[in-house]
Amino acid sequence: MSMLVSTTINGDHIEFVCEPDETLLDALRNRVGLTGAKEGCGTGDCGACSVTVDGRLVCSCLVLGAEAEGREIETIEGMADGAALHPLQRKFLDHGALQCGICTPGFLIAAKALLDRNPDPDEEEIRFGLAGNLCRCTGYDKIVRAVQDAAKEMRGA
Amino acid sequence: MPLDSHYTAQTFKSVGTRPLRPDGLDKVTGRARYGADFNAPGQLVGGILRSPHAHARIVKIDTSRAEKLAGVKAVVTAADLPDLTNGDQGMFDILDNCLARTKVFYDGHAVAAVAAVDARTAREALKLIKVEYEILPHVTDVDEAVKAKAPLLHKTCFTEGVEPKPAKPSNIAKRTQFGHGDVDAGFKEADIIVERNFKTEQTHQGYIEPHACVASVSPDGTGELWVCTQGHFVYRNHCAMLLGMDVSKLRVTSSEIGGGFGGKTHVWGEPVALALSRKANRPVKLVMTRDEVFRASGPTAATSIDVRIGVKKDGTITAADATLRFSGGPYYGMWAELGAMTAFACYDLKNVRTIGYEVLVNRPKVAAYRAPSAPMAAFAVESVIDELAQKLGMDPVDFRIKNAAKQGTKSSYGPVYGPIGIGPALEAAKIHPHMSAPLGPNQGRGMACGFWFNFGGQTCTDINVGIDGSVTLTVGTVDVGGSRASLGLCVAEELGIPYDQVKCVVADTSTLGHNDMTDGSRGTFSSSMAGIFAARNAIGIIKERAAKMWEISASDVSWEDGHAKAVGEKYGNLAPLSLKEIAAAAGNTGGPIAGHAEIVADGAGVSFAAHICDVEVDPETGRSKIVRYTVIQDAGKAVHPTYVEGQYQGGAAQGIGWALNEEYVYGKDGRLQNAGFLDYRIPVCSDLPMIDTQILEIPNPNHPYGVRGVGETSIVPPLATIANAMSNAFGVRMTHVPMSPPRVLKALEAAAKA
Repeated sequence: MSMLVSTTINGDHIEFVCEPDETLLDALRNRVGLTGAKEGCGTGDCGACSVTVDGRLVCSCLVLGAEAEGREIETIEGMADGAALHPLQRKFLDHGALQCGICTPGFLIAAKALLDRNPDPDEEEIRFGLAGNLCRCTGYDKIVRAVQDAAKEMRGA
Repeated sequence: MPLDSHYTAQTFKSVGTRPLRPDGLDKVTGRARYGADFNAPGQLVGGILRSPHAHARIVKIDTSRAEKLAGVKAVVTAADLPDLTNGDQGMFDILDNCLARTKVFYDGHAVAAVAAVDARTAREALKLIKVEYEILPHVTDVDEAVKAKAPLLHKTCFTEGVEPKPAKPSNIAKRTQFGHGDVDAGFKEADIIVERNFKTEQTHQGYIEPHACVASVSPDGTGELWVCTQGHFVYRNHCAMLLGMDVSKLRVTSSEIGGGFGGKTHVWGEPVALALSRKANRPVKLVMTRDEVFRASGPTAATSIDVRIGVKKDGTITAADATLRFSGGPYYGMWAELGAMTAFACYDLKNVRTIGYEVLVNRPKVAAYRAPSAPMAAFAVESVIDELAQKLGMDPVDFRIKNAAKQGTKSSYGPVYGPIGIGPALEAAKIHPHMSAPLGPNQGRGMACGFWFNFGGQTCTDINVGIDGSVTLTVGTVDVGGSRASLGLCVAEELGIPYDQVKCVVADTSTLGHNDMTDGSRGTFSSSMAGIFAARNAIGIIKERAAKMWEISASDVSWEDGHAKAVGEKYGNLAPLSLKEIAAAAGNTGGPIAGHAEIVADGAGVSFAAHICDVEVDPETGRSKIVRYTVIQDAGKAVHPTYVEGQYQGGAAQGIGWALNEEYVYGKDGRLQNAGFLDYRIPVCSDLPMIDTQILEIPNPNHPYGVRGVGETSIVPPLATIANAMSNAFGVRMTHVPMSPPRVLKALEAAAKA
């Protein structure tokens, strides 16, 4: 039986209908029309579907749509402030930290969650902080550099 | 001039800079649309039923219960895809792989498909399809499959390339041989000979985006397909043939592609989705799960390779011989052949022979994986080269330099080389600071080199000048990693206008003539050549328009720095005309301004690389960690250096995963045991160090800007580089990839006993 879920997504009040066993990822993509989060595995191994729920980084393929009730969801579509990109988004572009780009939304969400908790991570902390996100194109080098550069800018260093 | 592909050593303004890519903003904001991000009105959800058996005869498929389930709109089996391949064995194999016809050949082989109103109903319907199998003996190991008593996949398989034709069928589809000189005589001249067998396990390209498409076929015989692919024109040709449609009536749009690496070069589910749509008369969306990607889409070959090389005491190689057995899955592919061609391509050899055997096994149909077959061949050859250097007491780089191929060398696979980068890459490795940096405890350093051919092929490209003088560059090669930026740079360069004035887009199949797919590192090489030619074509027209505006002869107009100039003192008072001014007047001088080029891009320059790696091995657990990694590779000309570096780093990272962890694990039942990213572990961010790159530029004489393909060679050296580093770390030669902790521990224990 379908359920009505009332939630906040990227600051907007949103209501959607979903099945009790439907994932938050499917609800976002198929009910709400936000396709920025991607399904790479469906088992929480690749991080391409990363979003935050009440500020906590999750794989949206491992969360039920129904669990969004009353929560605040942030997705890649809400990361920029209007036309102004978030520093992480800008630095990913500047450094060429994406090739195919399928993992990029998940990396950006995970990197933002990392910098929210640790504004000055060293390389190892960045690498372990992003170890839940798979990228097959870049070898991670330019991703790590983009995060380092963005963190530096955000600290005003 | 317009179609002159010769390199001219011009100085560049745009080429070699690092501007933002045109598709970048969409990709960091979630707007970019990939295969699964497209929806069509009224679309159904498709699903595929797959064989749980490694090898079985299909006795009967009963779809009646599935068809009766409410919400199911179509069920298809092989009967819905009749054989229209007209004797084309390669296409028949693709058809049989899309939906099994008489036998299933591997765990995951598709047998039937459904389209239903939603995913839940589709899954329910798949459970209601009853397939009766007669289970047959199977074989999944490449060395087991060539044995006389091995279970036979195809009774009709008589080894090609053997005279006389074999009397009995076998699992060897084809034998190929390359080389020159007298190998036996060469070995008699040798002072030292090293001979070893090497094995590599099957790996997957591991793109993060599963295969996805939306197919829509109308009753009038027209159709549309939205799909993630490396080659939408090729997908159109394949789908049209398998469905019996006119090629021109099927319009294929390539979505943004979430990685391919060769794995999205031929069709799997797309013809099935079209067949479902045709039967249901509704659009059908078909998306693979990750489990399906591993079980049913293109892994690379598993291999068993024998290498024998002889040298004189002075370090001259006198003979080189290799026999390569590559498993291609249940159908013929030229995988061992490519291994045999590339194995010794780095070296200048008097006597060389390579023999390849294409072996059929009960595993998924192999697809290309980045420089297909070259990494395994290089692993075997470069390991023996390294061992010979040790036995000779020579520096491994010096030994390679002494025997390296150069301009004029007859390659081991036939052609004579033009200007090539193997010598410069090795010289750069020799003096690289990485080579002399101190090593820590339990660490070893290794190096190896690698080769890939690079391809050209059919390419069709348009340039359209807008009324404001901005330029649309329309290409038919899918952008897998930033090529729209590179192609925009080349056309901006040729037109003499700023990069920002050019927008590069990838067109659907109705917009351009045929383009071969983005494989063989051809995307930037071929489409930039066609783009440069199209720009030259447009410049001719632009000059004519300027002449009309000035009412002078077109032969008196030149094109410099993005402006038409009247040549000659008599025109001294005519101010140059910008593209913007000429475009604004186009309506009065002959209409829209465009340029186009249709070419076979010949002359793709071969590519060489040298890699250096430091590895640290934990003697207690056998776990290895890459401490430092350096890639040195010839790009010909790095059009957008950031994305060239990205290709070098990405290929190296894939090679590191292959070397240390990745492998398909099959049980005795012939079923794949690790069809997911948890158990098939690709490198994560914390597994790797920064990957340093050094771009060499030895211009390709057959491209106007000297460009070579850069995408594939970087995956060729890592297996051997890491194996050599391990050998130097603990004194044991590793001959089986992946060099996972259990295999390393076993090798360490064996060494301790010896």
